Amino acid sequence: MLKKPMRLEHKLDLSILIVFFSVFILFFIANPGVFSRFDIYYSFMSTIPFIAILALSVTLVVVLGMMDLSFPSVLAFSAWVFGTVFTNTGSMLLAVICCIAVGTACGFVNSILVVRIGVPSLVATIGSMFFWRGAVNMVARGRGISLVGAMDTFLFRAFVGRIGGVIPAQFLWMIAAALFFGVLLKRHRFGSHLLFVGDNEQSAAMMGINVKRVKTIAFMQVGACAAFVGILSTLEVTYFWPSQGQGYLMSALAAVFVGGTSVFGGMGTILGTFLGALLIGSLEAGIISSGLSGFWIQFIYGLLIMVSVSTYATMMKKRG
Amino acid sequence: MSDSAAVTDKQTTEYDKLLEMRDVHKSFGHVNVLQGINFHVNKCEIVALVGDNGAGKSTLIKTITGVHRPNKGEIYFKGKRITIHSVAQSRALGIETVYQERALADQQSMWRNMFAGREITNKLGIINVKKEKLETERLLRDSMGFTSKAITVDSQVMFLSGGEKQGVAIGRALYFDAELIILDEPTMGLSLSETKKVLDFTRSIKDHGKSAIFISHNFYHIYPAADRFVILDRGKIAGDVRKSEITQDDLVQKMENLARTGVFE
Repeated sequence: MLKKPMRLEHKLDLSILIVFFSVFILFFIANPGVFSRFDIYYSFMSTIPFIAILALSVTLVVVLGMMDLSFPSVLAFSAWVFGTVFTNTGSMLLAVICCIAVGTACGFVNSILVVRIGVPSLVATIGSMFFWRGAVNMVARGRGISLVGAMDTFLFRAFVGRIGGVIPAQFLWMIAAALFFGVLLKRHRFGSHLLFVGDNEQSAAMMGINVKRVKTIAFMQVGACAAFVGILSTLEVTYFWPSQGQGYLMSALAAVFVGGTSVFGGMGTILGTFLGALLIGSLEAGIISSGLSGFWIQFIYGLLIMVSVSTYATMMKKRG
Repeated sequence: MSDSAAVTDKQTTEYDKLLEMRDVHKSFGHVNVLQGINFHVNKCEIVALVGDNGAGKSTLIKTITGVHRPNKGEIYFKGKRITIHSVAQSRALGIETVYQERALADQQSMWRNMFAGREITNKLGIINVKKEKLETERLLRDSMGFTSKAITVDSQVMFLSGGEKQGVAIGRALYFDAELIILDEPTMGLSLSETKKVLDFTRSIKDHGKSAIFISHNFYHIYPAADRFVILDRGKIAGDVRKSEITQDDLVQKMENLARTGVFE
């Protein structure tokens, strides 16, 4: 029988889909009262996009076989820029532009350390993680910024308004980001170059791919996306605070790895990261509404991550 | 078809040698690695470049591909004098090197490998996957003669054998109109049957009317595929013989003499 063997990436996508739906069925069985009503999904739609967009963006760096730990700090620093520019000028548009520009510049600094100077990305971004967090603590002096004045603007509604009164706008931004990164990685020239550089840097260079440029862009887009999420999360609560983003580091990275992207580079799945983010983002509410105490949350997070990455590692080994 | 190709060649430039090096010298500090190399490759010819480790083979190749610049001497390609500064520039001229280990990315599919760095895209940079797959399929089946059903355009390269990987890399170079393909130790570490595959792929370069330089320190491997043997010894050309002028046994005998006495005869 000539049965075409399934490609590894499709297997990974299938397994995360199975895990995702099983977990939701479990939630549903545990507490049908909560999971059959719209409220919980409304809550998911307003909170999950933050880690989802970060995770989608970081996936590109992981595909390169690299790591970025600095994005929560970059998020906070650029969010401070956003808040400060807005309160001083009253211009939402200018605040958004400055914020994204600063985030992108932070990403560029990472790329200088990694690409030009040659520091391993994990090490370099530990440095910039502390640096930008320290910077925001210094400039904000530990104080938050109220952004209630932003609520009347068009951009506020475009970023975090409620479409039709029910759908949080950030949910649509998340969907758009997922589609964008999906096409970028699997159908765009840049995605192809990312996969090649992550797989075999020497071969990529031999084939005329500008390896340094690919890496630089990858870090810069993480900075830009972190700034963007900084705007969303600041506007959602109409308040900037200096420790913003700190909870996102591990959740976003967990989403990437639960999703099935390999830390060794050369392969990645945007669908996986997307579902991984939905899973990680809904786990807490699911666990609580299932009647388990809050003490279970981290334990189950850990279990999910350990089981899923072990499954992927087994799949990788089998194909060799 | 070959007639029309000849006509277009005449219309563009007149040249009888595809590549020619005249009195090329290259030294690193006090070490003279290349000492007055006169070397050429004709159109539609497979030249075997043979020599021991340290004879200067890889320096010679790197001088052709723009990695090193000669201290003295001239290089002509298609009759025009060239100075190559970069690998990208030599590729644009039509000189492509196939390295065994660096040719392909293992986890990627055949079609992605085939078009790596030269994707077929629209203005927005979106890849025309259908066309890339179709072209890859055509290249595999028709040009390279892959018959195995187990290998498809979606196969990851890691499932190919060493010889097949070389084949894909050669096919890719031909597809992108390389005039001169440099094969750097393509049979190193390969089994006999895999070596035979590489030799078959090498011959297909000639079938496409293109030329190749085949580098090896094992001339048993290249004897069947080569038209001419150029023997490099301590930075100088020690011998240059057509296959029609020499038997394999004579060649072996002369190589042994060279190793013993330093004279190729």
